[in-house]
Parts: sequence; C-alpha cells; structure tokens
Amino acid sequence: MKIGVLVKQVPDTETKIKVLDDGSGIDENGVKFIVSPYDEFAIEEALKTKEANAGSEVTVASLGPSRCVESIRTALAMGCDKAIHIDDEGSGPDSYVTAKALAKVIGDQGFDVVFCGKQAIDDDMGQVPQLVAEFLAWPQVMILENLEISEGKAKATRRVSGGAKEVYELTLPAIFGCDKGLNTPRYASLPGIMKAKSKPVETLKISDLKGDANNKLEYSNFRMPPEKAPGKVLSGEVGDQVKELVRLLREEAKVL
Amino acid sequence: MSGQFRQGASWLLTEVGKDKIFIAEDMNDEQKAFGQTATDFVTKEVIPVSEKIEKKEAGVSVNLLKKAGEIGLLMAGIPEAYGGLGMNKVTTTALSENATHQGSWTVSYMCHTGIGTLPILYFGNKEQKEKYLPKLASGEFIGAYALTEAGSGSDALAAKTKAVLSPDGKHYILNGEKMFITNGAWADVITVFAKVDGEHFTGFIVEKDFPGVSHGKEEEKMGIHGSSTTTIVLEDAKIPVENVLGEIGKGHKIAFNVLNIGRWKLGAACVGGCKRVIEHTVKYVKERKQFGQPLADFEAIQMMIADMVIKTYITESMMYRYAGCLDDAIDTLDKTDAEYEKKSLKMIEEYAIEASIAKVFGSEALDEVADLGVQAHGGYGYIQEYPVERFYRNSRINRIFEGTNEINRMIIPGTLLKRAMKGEIDLMGEIQRILSQLKDGFAEVDIPGTLNNKVNMVNRAKKLAVYVSGVAVQKYMADIKDRQSFLLDMADFIIEVYAMDTAIGRTLQLLEKRGEDQCELEIAATKIYINDTCARLLNHARQFCANVAKGDEEAFGKYDKAIGRILEVTPICTLDLKATLAEKSLDKEGYPI
Repeated sequence: MKIGVLVKQVPDTETKIKVLDDGSGIDENGVKFIVSPYDEFAIEEALKTKEANAGSEVTVASLGPSRCVESIRTALAMGCDKAIHIDDEGSGPDSYVTAKALAKVIGDQGFDVVFCGKQAIDDDMGQVPQLVAEFLAWPQVMILENLEISEGKAKATRRVSGGAKEVYELTLPAIFGCDKGLNTPRYASLPGIMKAKSKPVETLKISDLKGDANNKLEYSNFRMPPEKAPGKVLSGEVGDQVKELVRLLREEAKVL
Repeated sequence: MSGQFRQGASWLLTEVGKDKIFIAEDMNDEQKAFGQTATDFVTKEVIPVSEKIEKKEAGVSVNLLKKAGEIGLLMAGIPEAYGGLGMNKVTTTALSENATHQGSWTVSYMCHTGIGTLPILYFGNKEQKEKYLPKLASGEFIGAYALTEAGSGSDALAAKTKAVLSPDGKHYILNGEKMFITNGAWADVITVFAKVDGEHFTGFIVEKDFPGVSHGKEEEKMGIHGSSTTTIVLEDAKIPVENVLGEIGKGHKIAFNVLNIGRWKLGAACVGGCKRVIEHTVKYVKERKQFGQPLADFEAIQMMIADMVIKTYITESMMYRYAGCLDDAIDTLDKTDAEYEKKSLKMIEEYAIEASIAKVFGSEALDEVADLGVQAHGGYGYIQEYPVERFYRNSRINRIFEGTNEINRMIIPGTLLKRAMKGEIDLMGEIQRILSQLKDGFAEVDIPGTLNNKVNMVNRAKKLAVYVSGVAVQKYMADIKDRQSFLLDMADFIIEVYAMDTAIGRTLQLLEKRGEDQCELEIAATKIYINDTCARLLNHARQFCANVAKGDEEAFGKYDKAIGRILEVTPICTLDLKATLAEKSLDKEGYPI
C-alpha cells in the first residue's frame, strides 16, 4: 500500500503565546515547535497500517516554512519511510489553499490511504482534511476512533456527540482524521532518529501546486484574550448565598 | 581521525578564551532529538507512575528500564558492534540531563548506563563484550557495580571480599558482602570487586543466577526511595574464570577509571535536576499569593530564582565542556586500532581532575538550587505533595556516592601536584612567573566588549589559585599530601577557576556567534558569578595563607600583599541583572537560557 500522512508543525502546547506588536500574528521568537499532537496519532496509524500490509510504504507530507523539516524528521524517526516538504514560500496559506496544494501532492503520489490529525492544535480549524477529500472526491471520516482495513475497503468508527458512534464502510482511497484514543503513538527511538537522517526529503513549492487558488481568509488584528476576572466566593447563610448567587447570575453574568 | 587533544587541567595555565570549548548551543539536531526522546519518555512513562516507583512497587522501575531499552535509551554509549549506537559523550550528556524528572528512577537509569555497563565496555575482552553488552544495551540485563563494603567505603581497596581459585581451576570462589549497591535487587549482571587470595584486587563479572550470589533487603534511605539499594551477598559464589574482568590484581584500574566517567555523568544529571527544580519553583511562585500578590512579584523571591539560574548556567557549561573535550580527545584516536578502548581510557584518565570537579560542582549546585527551591516554596516546600521536597531529599546523596566530595576534592590538587612533579604540567614555572609578575606587574588583556574586565579577573583568579597552592607546597613540600585542610581549600580554588573559565568561555563564544544584544542572560549570569566568586576567593585566599603562616605575621603580611596585587574585586550592581534573569525564567516557566 502507498500510505500518506499529513503533519503540521505547531507551537508546543506549553508555549506562552505572544502577539506581535502590530497584531499581524504571533511572535515566533523563542517558540518551540512540535508535531501537532493529533498528527502523532495519524503517524502511528499509518505505521500500524504499514506493518499490517507487507510491502507498504509511508510518506509524510508537511506544508509550511523550512522549520517544518524538524517535524518531518520526527515523523521519519518514528518510522515513516520518506517525506515531502511543501515550502509555503512565506505566503501564509489558509485552509483552502493548503488543501488545494496537499490534494495535488496526494493525487500525484497515488496514495491508497491518507491519515491526518482531526485538527491542528494551533488554529484548531479542522478543515484541511475535509477540503482535501472534497477536491479529490475521496470519502473521509474524521474524529476516527477505530479503523479496520482489508482488501481495498475500510470500516471506520467515529465518535459523535452524546456518546453515540457512527460506523462507515467505504472504499479506498480515503482520508482519515485521527483522534486521541485511536492508538498510542510510539516514541522516536534513538536508532530511529539516526536512521531518519538518511531518509529522503523532497522539497516542493506551494506556488507550483496550488494552481490558481488564493486565500479566502485574511488574518488581522491578533489580540490576547482579556484576562479572566477572579472568581467570587459568597459567604453568610446558605439561603442568603443562594439569593445572592441568583441575583449575580441574573444581573452581572446575565445568564438567567 | 580528527579531534583535538588538550592536556588535562591545562586551562589552569591558559589565558581565558584562548581555547575553544564545547558549548551546549553547539549540539546538532540529532543530539537535541535524543534529548527530546529522553524527556518525552520520562514525562509520559515515568512521571505518571512516580508514586509507585517511590513505594518500590514490584517490577515498576525495572519495566521502565526495559521500556527505555526498547527505544534505545540504554544503548547510546555502547559501540555499534555490540548492539549500541556508538554515540559520543556530548550525546550521552544530553540523555543524562533529560532523564532527570524522577530522581529515584534517574539513579536506576544512570547506574545502569554508567557504572553498571562501563566496566565491561572498557575492560571486558571480546567474548565478555559480545556476551553482555548487547543485553545491557537492550535492557534485557540490568547492570550494577559492587565496590563498597561495610568496612571499606572511601578506602575501597581495603575490601575484604575474597576470591580463591577452585581446585579444578574453572571457577573463582567468592566470599564476602558488598554494601549500598544501587540496582542491587534488580541487577542481572554486577561488576564485583574481590581480592584474589586476599591480596590481588580484581574485578569479576557476576551474574545474579550464579550459585552463591544473592542480595539482602532494601535499605531505608533518606531519599531516592524508589531506587534499589541492597547488599550483594557472596557465599561460596562460583564465578567462571572467564568472567574475570581485566587482569588479576588490576581491579583498581577498573574501579577508578569507571568512577571518572561516573562522576561526570552524575554532574550531567545534576544539570537536569537543577532545571527541574527551577521549573517547579517558578510555576509555584507565579501561583502562590501572599499580601495580595504572587510570590513571583517579590524581589526576595526573584533574587532566589536568579541565583538558581546562574548556578545552573555554570553547571551546564561545565558538563558540556567536559564531554566535548573528552570527545575531541577520543576523536584523535583510530577506531580500528586494537588498542582503541585502552587508549580511550588513557584520555578519560587525562581528565580525572575535570571529572572530580564536575562531580563536586554539580552535586553542590543541585543541593543549593534544591535548597533555594524549597525556600521559595515556604512551608509547602517541606510538604511531600510538592515535588521540590523530593528533589531536596534526593539531591543529598550526590555529594556522597561516586566518591564523597571530600575524596574528590583531594583528588584534584593531589593529581595536579603529581603531574607537576612528573613535569607534565608546568606549575612550578607558573609560580616563578607569578613571583616575577608580582614585582613587575601583571599584563592585562584587552578584548572588545562588555566582558573585558571579567576576562582579566578570571585570568588573575587562575594566578591566585596557583599562587596559594605554591605557598602551601613551599611550606609543606611532600607532606602536603597529608594536609587535608589545605588540599580541600586548594581544590576549591581550582574548581572555581574551572567554573569561571568555563562560564566566560561559553559566553564569549556565544557573543561571537550571536552578538551582545542576543546574550543578555548569559552575560548577566557570567558577570554576577565571576564577581561573587572572585570576592569569595579573595577572602578565602587570605584565610588560607593565614593558616599556612600559622601566626607568623611577617609571612602573612607578605602573602596578603601578594594576594592584593594578584586579584582586585570591585563590586558591581547586580540587581537589574538578577531581575532580568528572574523575569525571563518566570516568563518561560523554567530555565531561560
């Protein structure tokens, strides 16, 4: 099987985000970048699929600035075989343009199945995989909880609200958005890190892939959320406290 | 072959900045990735079962060691031919530094990869290496090292465990009891030292399943509760003759050389410990409020954090310098040479002084940092629920094991003087030069930038260290080796000179790389450390010379005048520098450099 996995490089979850003075974006100075955590589940699922299907190969693709290659190396160290880095050429593509470029690469590569995280943890858009599927006219299942693949078909289970589950049967090629709980991602082992050095990374340019697509979104005026006001502790008789609470909820919080 | 050989302790006589040192910032992506894997593993696998580890729940720590083995964390330093990765000391420093989030487990891990594995790696013959190293590399076997006995701790060669060749010549029969053995209850293979016929101190590779080998009950310790510490009991233990490690009667070579490596590894782990304490402390002081504001806003707390960061910067600089220096020296050797391991050992021996310094400085730095961490926590720092309490208790052992800090301190001037006697290092010539410079004046160096004055101070501190040592040696001559008080003091001068030389060396290299405005924190830490330390050394030198003069006022007057000429210290304002260090640390919620 030809297996693809899409990886996005994002700021570490523990980063203290700072907004640039002119509000044009976040200050990347001193930010540590990591593989988006949901993409780790995608990498693991891709590697498991490879192990279950002899002769398979996993290609990791990442779109972004040159620093993305660090995250690509992590995926290669975990066990992916080769990689494609799509240089965004500083263009700041939105989900639409990103999906256009990725769809082109996926189509050209002829993948049988593509895994990605259900969303990236930086902007939490959760749009790219669905758009890619749409552009390729492939089936897609997001928030994947379980997957069985055999003979060109897949049975995919996804969580929906209220604890219910949906089960889909579909024909490959398809794209799957992986969620926590699907598997336990392996570590980039030390021998894996050493092997990753010699695995091939091909670099493509977004301008050669996106066609005539242009951003539909414009980002501006980044601001930090207002600081949360401290909580209030009520005191006195329980009955009075309840009355006061109701009054506050009605008059101050305006939720009643 | 490439690399570069630097003579051990040559920094004592070399001007600041003349020799390029290895700095943590020079690590390559692969080395950083290794460190990241260690961090990921410990935070995701070890920390969640911390309480089980502390209670020594059966199998928990050992399984974690085996899991660490699966992802390669035990194999880095072992050659590829024996199932390892053949990585250098800088790489293993990155691992040691990052495997430090759970102190008890850190000790188990460091023991296995250090003194548990290294004796076989450096002294084993081909068959022994083939038999044991792949299993130690994968974690199939857990390693330990048994030197200490009830009656012989620091005086390790006075061991009573005896080995006698069996009548058929196939086994050595060992009898005795080894004490305080880390990984004692878990180890599959242990390097045991015993005296053949009660005389010839020798190393043996002992498997736990050999007949007559057992371990005692777990010791109840002050800290590192989750690590195993037991006796190893040898009752007519039958050890095959092919398991003699190295030569009969040459066990001391194994014992001391392995400790050299172990000492630096301990120092490297202490760097990680310091960083963890800073992380816990900074997070706490940002949350905890008193007088209506977070503790982090109080200057008293900020000064503590700054001091923690400064100490950590110096310690980190030292461990990577040592590792890089040893790598450079080993890189001059031909890997295909049959004597490669033996020659590598020579290099390790060459840096025995630096290894002891790393051990002493690292363990004392962690103790200081952990102490400040507890203090910044106030009453909660004394409560077990807060991780800093455990760091404080766990830290204490570092000043004791792998040779007490006193033993290590005495090794420092002891080794230096021995080398001077043999003419290997020109200490006597330097003393003569200093004596004439005292008359003619000292030359100043002039380097552009903000650190010029500090460079000159460190150069002078080197001269001060040599001068005071010379004063003591001149008075006591060969007897100095028995004057422990003077030796301990001399060690302090030498240790601090190495610390300052390393810190300023790293900062100068960073300045060249990034420019002054990108090195604010490094410059602040370097300036404060050098000023504080030189002021302390100045006082210390006068006290030292008063002890040598022993009431002879004229002699003391002469020494005192010389000391004043060699080193002058003008205090600098440190408040803003410390405030910046604290602010950046609070901002990053951890070590900011």
